[in-house]
Amino acid sequence: MLQHALAAPGAAASPLHAAPDTPPKPIVASGYGDDPTRTPAARDAMIRLDAVSKHFAPRGSEAAVTALKDVSLAIPRGEIYGIIGPSGAGKSTLIRTVNGLERPSSGVVRVDGVVISGLDEAALRAERRKIGMIFQHFNLLSSRTAFANVALPLELAGLSRQAVRAKVMGLLDLVGLADKAERYPVELSGGQKQRVGIARALATDPKVLLSDEATSALDPETTRSILALLAQVNRDLGVTIMLITHEMAVIREVCHRVGVIEDGAIIEEGTVRDVFARPRTATARSFIGSLPGREPPPAIAARLTPSPEGARQTVLRLTLSGAAAGAPVISALARRLDIDVALLGGQVDSVGGEPFALLYLGVPTANWASGAVTSVLGEWDIRTEVIGHVA
Amino acid sequence: MSPELLGLVLDATLETLYMVAAATLVGTVLGLPLGIFLATSGKGELFEAVTVNRALGLIVNATRSTPFIILVVAIIPFTRLVAGTSIGTTAAIVPLSIAATPFMARIVEAAIREVDHGLVEASLAMGATPLQIVRKVLIPEALPGLLLGITLGIVTLLSNSAMVGAVGGGGLGDLGIRYGYQRFMPEVMLLVVVVLIVLVQAVQSLGDRLARRVNHRLRRS
Ligand SMILES: Nc1ncnc2c1ncn2[C@@H]1O[C@H](COP(=O)(O)OP(=O)(O)OP(=O)(O)O)[C@@H](O)[C@H]1O
Ligand SMILES: [Mg+2]
Repeated sequence: MLQHALAAPGAAASPLHAAPDTPPKPIVASGYGDDPTRTPAARDAMIRLDAVSKHFAPRGSEAAVTALKDVSLAIPRGEIYGIIGPSGAGKSTLIRTVNGLERPSSGVVRVDGVVISGLDEAALRAERRKIGMIFQHFNLLSSRTAFANVALPLELAGLSRQAVRAKVMGLLDLVGLADKAERYPVELSGGQKQRVGIARALATDPKVLLSDEATSALDPETTRSILALLAQVNRDLGVTIMLITHEMAVIREVCHRVGVIEDGAIIEEGTVRDVFARPRTATARSFIGSLPGREPPPAIAARLTPSPEGARQTVLRLTLSGAAAGAPVISALARRLDIDVALLGGQVDSVGGEPFALLYLGVPTANWASGAVTSVLGEWDIRTEVIGHVA
Repeated sequence: MSPELLGLVLDATLETLYMVAAATLVGTVLGLPLGIFLATSGKGELFEAVTVNRALGLIVNATRSTPFIILVVAIIPFTRLVAGTSIGTTAAIVPLSIAATPFMARIVEAAIREVDHGLVEASLAMGATPLQIVRKVLIPEALPGLLLGITLGIVTLLSNSAMVGAVGGGGLGDLGIRYGYQRFMPEVMLLVVVVLIVLVQAVQSLGDRLARRVNHRLRRS
């Protein structure tokens, strides 16, 4: 049972997956700091898709597939933009239109102002040198050492041997693999292979890095280290990153903004903080819900009843983000209302580089019903949901 | 066995090596590009040319399904045109090469198709041209398979070369038939078979060694 607490507490519990929130009130720090030139609208986008659709023609007995439906998207310079969606949603198709591996059936794709979707092969090749790409299965040449793999794009571009050597050593150093230069991919771990992949993608000094499930084949710890490297590349080299994933943890870890894609359409979009704090679609909610610590503790969940009738305790889920993340909610409730507040579960984390807390609290149902709890919590920008009641 | 006979066997061995080496060279030089094209000209592939691909595939299949001995006879006019004669060791190189080319092409095609398509994707994303992809990615990545395929091709040529004896092509097979069978000298036949076995073994183990050396997919201990 999920009820938005800021509505009257006595109102009947609304069904799960309630209608989208009333438009979220603008949050002061929107993830762009106070610098208005950093808002997406104010700066021209590095990657821009306008009404992009992609249909795959029917093959044999298979029906035609619409992989992308009228997708519009603007990724500001210097951002890490995550696309999340279930399998088959069109994520790979979407990212592949950005470097022209896939031509849209209609619509326009621009990278740094250049209309990628309108280029001939030769011009497209030149543009692709400015767009690096990394892959789920690394796609390293088994016949080349780490060094030679990173050297490949430079050889393709026709650089001299000495120029290649200097550049490659610098890149291997950047990804922390200078000592593995002469190793073949088979001798490297998954994380090391992806580091080589990243070094290779950065070889031609691209403005944009595309990442298609680059951490999906890695264990959680290695995933974190690769994501940290991507964040470093974004910060230190100013490379705009578009990354695709089906794991919300990846979005939370490094992305500034996120788009949720389902059935070929972007159904939700915003700063990572906002989407985490106020997911509007069931898909976004379920992705966020799949993170560890998101669900109510099972022992509590089993005892919940939907009706406050005769209940002693009401279980709330508080979502505290940004400036409100440190709000002393428990002590404030306890002191001001002179009640006992039970901490039933939760997690404190960082989302999009900002603190983010999710707390399950138990408060006396009487104080909840009177609206007293709501009025105390209302002092902060906190999202409060009623999970249920305990007799 | 008399020294003359041994001399005959030695000469025949050299003839065989000459025929096989020449046909391997021609077969590889023609079969490699043909095989690469067959592997990369299907629908949605690097050098997409579906009709040409299908036509070449048909020709390759037709040549490969013709029994070698029939091919030898069938192309005698062509052999005469190229070699100036249709009899002898040099003339035998023509049918051997013609049989070796489609064989090599199919083997090359299979080896190239084994290369992970992700590598082609990655190269395209780097801005590689199709020719660069062939030179820098497909051939190096397929090299172990290519070397094993060429080895197989040479072994097949050794066996085919024994058949051209039937049309006066010379070589070990010719010697075995003429002396071992027609003149009833089983020791010559035996020696011919032993030499062929040794040659096949030598070629195969050399091919295996080279293929292993260029294969970096295997973890070395
Ligand atoms: N070349 C193609 N030909 C036909 N259909 C395709 C092709 N590529 C993708 N599709 C279809 O388009 C849809 C979207 O595919 P896409 O690979 O973009 O999904 P995805 O979100 O990346 O999925 P996953 O998470 O499983 O990688 C799927 O239904 C897929 O079957
Ligand atoms: Mg995909």
